[in-house]
Amino acid sequence: MNFLDFEKPISELTEQLEKAKQIGAKGKINTDKLVAELEQKIEEARETIYKSLTPWQKVQVSRHPDRPYSLDYINAITEGNFIELFGDRNVRDDKAMIGGMGLVDGKSIMFIGQQKGNNTKMRQYRNFGMPNPEGYRKALRLMKLAEKFGKPVVTFIDTPGAYPGLEAEERGQGEAIARNLFEMARLKVPVICFIIGEGASGGALGIGIGDKVIMLEFTWYSVISPESCSSILWRNWDNKEKAAEALKLTATDMLSLKLIDGILKEPVGGAHSHPEKMFHSVKSELMKQLNKLSSIPADELVNKRIEKFCSMGVYSE
Amino acid sequence: MSWFKRIKEGITTSTREKKETPEGLWYKCPGCKKIISSQEHADQMWVCPNCNYHERIGSEEYFQILFDDGKYTEINAGLTAGDPLKFVDTKKYIDRLKESQAKTGLKDSIRTAHGKVNGHKLMVAAMDFKFIGGSMGSVMGEKIARAIQCCIDKKMPLLLISKSGGARMMEAALSLMQMAKTSAMLTRLSDEKLPYISLLTDPTTGGVTASFAMLGDLNISEPGALIGFAGPRVVKETIGKDLPKGFQTAEFVLEKGFLDYIIDRRQLKANITRVLDFFKN
Ligand SMILES: [Zn+2]
Repeated sequence: MNFLDFEKPISELTEQLEKAKQIGAKGKINTDKLVAELEQKIEEARETIYKSLTPWQKVQVSRHPDRPYSLDYINAITEGNFIELFGDRNVRDDKAMIGGMGLVDGKSIMFIGQQKGNNTKMRQYRNFGMPNPEGYRKALRLMKLAEKFGKPVVTFIDTPGAYPGLEAEERGQGEAIARNLFEMARLKVPVICFIIGEGASGGALGIGIGDKVIMLEFTWYSVISPESCSSILWRNWDNKEKAAEALKLTATDMLSLKLIDGILKEPVGGAHSHPEKMFHSVKSELMKQLNKLSSIPADELVNKRIEKFCSMGVYSE
Repeated sequence: MSWFKRIKEGITTSTREKKETPEGLWYKCPGCKKIISSQEHADQMWVCPNCNYHERIGSEEYFQILFDDGKYTEINAGLTAGDPLKFVDTKKYIDRLKESQAKTGLKDSIRTAHGKVNGHKLMVAAMDFKFIGGSMGSVMGEKIARAIQCCIDKKMPLLLISKSGGARMMEAALSLMQMAKTSAMLTRLSDEKLPYISLLTDPTTGGVTASFAMLGDLNISEPGALIGFAGPRVVKETIGKDLPKGFQTAEFVLEKGFLDYIIDRRQLKANITRVLDFFKN
């Protein structure tokens, strides 16, 4: 298990718990009562800590290495009834952007998401969840495929940003994202977007134009990461906590600014502490939203989607 | 003419020349270092007659270049930014806005106006880089959205002249969503079959490139303009080596297939007229 710096009380208690269990296993001393007490204490510590996380701590949780990623959600929700599809039909297959056809309770859904890796090798393979232009074009290909056959689109957003590499620029990273914003806005099937981890800037928005955009409780979504914001505005990386506050990037901030449509609660301790619970609530939220959206005629759906994004912004006359 | 005065303030002369010539009357080209009079420079539409260097200009200059007799109707000129996030970095955002407004005489980083271009009705949206780097906040998004609606109502084509570092960080996610808003509105312009010409000028980067600037029926640019998604510094840091010469210039982006053509500013009006003729006839 990996612990974040502010989870120290939990990690200490967990250590004690392991020791108590070891001693108990030897059979000389009965530690059942102590184990129960420690387990109780761990839950209490978790609850206390997670009740009042700062924006920066939420950013840390959103990046927790044990956190479930897009394919974990898709595999759990479809119970393995998922056919992954590859490639943008142009340049190559982007490993940082995954997608495919899934079946959930007998309903066909096109799933798309940024994908991170869970160990050093896989993190590199997945390019740390930073898609190249072909990733966005692959995503668009799958969306158009879904539209052709009248299937809804569900996206999972989890990226530190679109990849800012040389080849990405050569192949039109800006155009690829722009095209997705344009095409998603007028896609004639329901689109539901879940922010399951990091929602960094245009790289996130590139698969984020949905009828319903829902953030998990401990995720973030903004125009820039707190670190980059700090380095640009304060010219150093030390103000990331301040930047995280200033950017109003948490789910509650985003909802109060009317930039997202809902927040999905996470298990105490974050999605990774009880992944099964998280999968279950994402699935039920997804099906609930899908039921509502399925009855809306396509033209009305598109109009409402455009109107929703057009209402975003604060200015005075 | 206030627009001319503003250009004078922006001139670049080295200390040595300043001694010899009264300030504001001479322009030294950063490209070839040649010195010409500010009047000649303005007559050349702020393009160096020697090396073709395109100096950055603002919305008023583009309106003067494009609209017949320099006459136009500006719309939504009064829109100003709010500060819903109460954003503070080294300065309060609200103070930054006030300072920029006082310094530039502008309300925000874009102006939208319609008029006639060689007789063709046209909506022109043009950015002012000197207003917080032409950054895109709620005002830019709203002005573009309303300009598009006005194009639909009046059956007019749109020319959008980008000159922006991208999103305005001080409006955080509100700024990000302007990418979605403008792109969504462009689908409606497209449905109406009204032409949209995107002119990318120096510099066009970040969220502006990753939304409306790359969505033109025609994407065109001025010579030498910096165009990219990630800024050159970020790309350099990512790849850990020096960037190839000419990387992210308009010429490079044309070669990679993301621009329709590059047009000299002095031919802009004639060229736009031909394009409008094509769509009309
Ligand atoms: Zn020159």
